[in-house]
Amino acid sequence: MLIITCTHCGPRPDIEFSFLRALEASHAHIDAAVLHTRTNPVGPSEEIWQHSRGCRALMVLRRHTLTHEILEVRPCPRDTA
Amino acid sequence: MHRQRPRGYSFGRLAREAAGGHAGWQRAWQAAIPKPSYDFVVVGGGGHGLATAYHLARDHAARSVAVLEKGWIGGGNTGRNTTIVRSNYKLEANQRFYEHSLKLWESLTRELNFNVMFSQRGVVFLAHSDADMNALAERGDAMRLRGIDADLLDTGSVKRLAPILDCSTSARFPVHGGLLQRRAGTARHDAVAWGYARAASALGVDVIENCAVTGFDIADGRILGVRTTRGAIGAGRVGVAVAGRTCEVMAMAGLRLPIETHLLQAFVSEPVKPMLNTVLLSGAVHCYLSQTDKGEIVLGGDIDFYPSYSQRGALSRIEQVAGQAIAMVPALARLRMQRAWAGAVDMTMDGAPIIGLTPVEGLFLNGGWCYGGFKATPASGFTFAHTMATGAPHPLNAPFTLDRFERGATINEAGSGPTPHLH
Repeated sequence: MLIITCTHCGPRPDIEFSFLRALEASHAHIDAAVLHTRTNPVGPSEEIWQHSRGCRALMVLRRHTLTHEILEVRPCPRDTA
Repeated sequence: MHRQRPRGYSFGRLAREAAGGHAGWQRAWQAAIPKPSYDFVVVGGGGHGLATAYHLARDHAARSVAVLEKGWIGGGNTGRNTTIVRSNYKLEANQRFYEHSLKLWESLTRELNFNVMFSQRGVVFLAHSDADMNALAERGDAMRLRGIDADLLDTGSVKRLAPILDCSTSARFPVHGGLLQRRAGTARHDAVAWGYARAASALGVDVIENCAVTGFDIADGRILGVRTTRGAIGAGRVGVAVAGRTCEVMAMAGLRLPIETHLLQAFVSEPVKPMLNTVLLSGAVHCYLSQTDKGEIVLGGDIDFYPSYSQRGALSRIEQVAGQAIAMVPALARLRMQRAWAGAVDMTMDGAPIIGLTPVEGLFLNGGWCYGGFKATPASGFTFAHTMATGAPHPLNAPFTLDRFERGATINEAGSGPTPHLH
């Protein structure tokens, strides 16, 4: 189980959260190929999660995709989600 | 290299070896040392990579083929699934591909001289509502039009097939009927990897374990070879079949793919007496149920819904699948679970695999198997070998191109949007 520290509510179990999508670099010039492709790294990955069964806040997680270590949680910038 | 063809497995051989105290058995496949170069290098020693090498040697007279496996044979997703084999698809591309695969499964044990324990015990998709029933009727019609067997069952017929299923009107997931594919079933997953490895090795393929690829040698857009933890290996053509790690390996060739890696879990109960002699699938709640020949109940469900390579699943998914299974088959409630495992699977953006060419000449890709890699193994090897040998896709895998996403030609069986958790 992941313990995710919600930016609003503090540490909560992962079942309260939803992974929405990976935070990919550019959305300025989205074409079909960019829309579908992912970096999908083995290692730290920046992702948008939502505390969907809680306060519903959006946040950016920097999470290791092999160890599941959560390296950073920060509020989601307004223009990202 | 001269290689002695291994003696076949048979009842007579078993009796002779038993008489000799079992001292005469050879290794099932030779432990090969990497050569400086090969005509064909297949990256990934799972079922798909080994089947590809086997078909390259058998169908295309390739005499210089190596399979590179970073761990051990069959240690990845080939040994981490629910072993279900079926071809009950609705879209034509999927029907043709998976039905060809099912036909190959039907003769695979004889073909490989290795018992893959393919058991055509039937697979039933369950309907829990009138809408489900309509969708299954439509799917069944589409299958029969393509010559694939399908029987639409009413509640009573489902009940006769699987008496342990709760078909009462008060069931949490009431059974309105189901769609049965009688020729579908299960197989012994590890045996598939071992059988292909042995058969490929007998045809002269070098099966090289503990050999991880660390990079590609590419010049002027053309593949020249691979770099590995056991040295550089030259290659005329390279095929990558490493589903789960596809993005990591293809990134070494500078490619970014329409794939996200997720965990797909399965788990088994303690062994019990025979209670289920078919495979039950519920699409509406996403739960897979079958019983192994050893008596264990095998359960599978959805992906864990966040990207991961860890091969360690979340407990919340096990709890959810177990709850669904108990609601459908109340007799499971008192069983203890004995093992759980998670495969790191390539989830594509439309739910269909990718088998074909890449922008790098001589570099071919086989991946993106989502929920369905195991059953595809024979056809995947057959078509990928054809693609690598001829440089062009076989008609069966022609729709499964890498560029279908940018062309808008996706193959979306679930009719859902471009996100892995939707299909």
